[in-house]
Amino acid sequence: MCGIVGLFLKDKSLEPKLGDLLTDMLITMTDRGPDSAGIAIYGDEANGKMKLTVQSDTPELDFVGLDDALSKALGASVSVLVRSTHAVLNIPADSVARVRDIITDLRPGIRVMSRGETLEIYKEVGLPKDVADRFGLANMHGTHGIGHTRMATESAVTTMGAHPFNTGDDQCLVHNGSLSNHNSLRRKLRREGIHIETENDTEVGAAYLTWKMREGASLGEALESSLDDLDGFFTFVVGTKDGFGVVRDPIACKPAVMAETAQYVAFGSEYRALVNLPGIETARVWEPEPATVYFWSHTTAPTTTEKAA
Amino acid sequence: MQTIDMAKVSLRDMNKALHAQAATTNQTTWEIVNPKGSHAIACGLDAPIDVTVRGSTGYYCAGMNQQATINIDGSAGPGVAENMMSGKVVIEGDASQYAGATGHGGLLVIKGNASSRCGISMKGIDIVVHGNIGHMSAFMAQSGNLVVCGDAGDALGDSCYEARLFVRGNVKSLGADCEKKEMRPEHIELLTLLLEQAGCDAKPEEFTRYGSARNLYNFDIDNAAAY
Repeated sequence: MCGIVGLFLKDKSLEPKLGDLLTDMLITMTDRGPDSAGIAIYGDEANGKMKLTVQSDTPELDFVGLDDALSKALGASVSVLVRSTHAVLNIPADSVARVRDIITDLRPGIRVMSRGETLEIYKEVGLPKDVADRFGLANMHGTHGIGHTRMATESAVTTMGAHPFNTGDDQCLVHNGSLSNHNSLRRKLRREGIHIETENDTEVGAAYLTWKMREGASLGEALESSLDDLDGFFTFVVGTKDGFGVVRDPIACKPAVMAETAQYVAFGSEYRALVNLPGIETARVWEPEPATVYFWSHTTAPTTTEKAA
Repeated sequence: MQTIDMAKVSLRDMNKALHAQAATTNQTTWEIVNPKGSHAIACGLDAPIDVTVRGSTGYYCAGMNQQATINIDGSAGPGVAENMMSGKVVIEGDASQYAGATGHGGLLVIKGNASSRCGISMKGIDIVVHGNIGHMSAFMAQSGNLVVCGDAGDALGDSCYEARLFVRGNVKSLGADCEKKEMRPEHIELLTLLLEQAGCDAKPEEFTRYGSARNLYNFDIDNAAAY
């Protein structure tokens, strides 16, 4: 069992409250997933640069002087904003691969959580409330965000096993369910050259989407083909730079509730997660259909694609 | 009328107060406010009382109900009225998956739509859905009646036994061993009664009956190679 929450804002006036609203939703889902928690938040633009969110188990060692060390090695200015065990690096847009190499070399204890122009991912082991407090989630602002509370079934309770997973620039995935063909799929994806770090089933789901998109599929197409290629139970919520999407497997036993008003589109594993949102009493509340890919975007009209049987 | 505010009273204490009502209680009308999607509201009641929940509920509301009439003035989460024995549960909004699952008796009325697996393994309950139902509904349904005024999703009545399924709209697909059946006068009579009890003005003649083809009841030796 796990809990998922998601909030996509249509009304800009709610943007300063995004972190606050998401934190309340996330903590409500504690009894669906008390072992770890994480959030992906789409916040400020990096102004032509790239944001690399990184994590260290020993931030007091790894993050000290990191900005100077990276700037010197890269020959360009890098700024570092530390939040507990995580840090957001502001780096030149074309330097992601080099910065990764430099980090591996200089500070091998640092792991990359996410990359993107607006996306930041924060996740740790612990109760959702403690994880939210540690990163100051309630004070964050942004256009949309996705949160996850984890009750591990398929692999160890570790930071890297927590959700969300980064699947590409500004893209992330959270999962409720369990994939049963993740071992064979992991072998296949590794042969294709996709980097997979853990024995976690969801990371394989994320890597699958990364691979599909590397092969030219859009995120929507990748999600649709996941309905054929992933065996098991899943409700996925994905984030992109300008929107978010939802897909459930054809059996759809993992719960999902959505609510929409003129101000937002919200997702919760249970209705409980949505009860404190503004205007929920008059919101359109419904359950997303099985084997159907839903998308909401700030730039295009919402889409609903039912997969052909 | 007794009112319980779940913003002030814990779930456990609320259910305890309802469980304490005997057949002879004079506190026959209850209202529960601020449910906020909580789980197991008004679960396991066994007294002829009226309970109205003002708002939407989480998992297993009105589960195992006996005698009581429970109204949900909102939508219901998964497993509403699961294993109901008797009494009546009415949902003004929609119901999530496996509404009325394994129910032995009583009447479940869903005024909106029901999600997947509605009436799964039903064993005598009557379920009337004013709207549509999702996939795998009435899977292994043993007895009782499922009435759907709208459409049914995929695999309706898969591996069902003797439950009667009535659908007014389209059925996306029938499950294994479920077939269309003739509407006889006794079915019209039954349907008329159920629709009336459920406050639904649909005409019984507009419905199609489905039920077990009874081909799975006995082992077919020609299928031996499949095992």
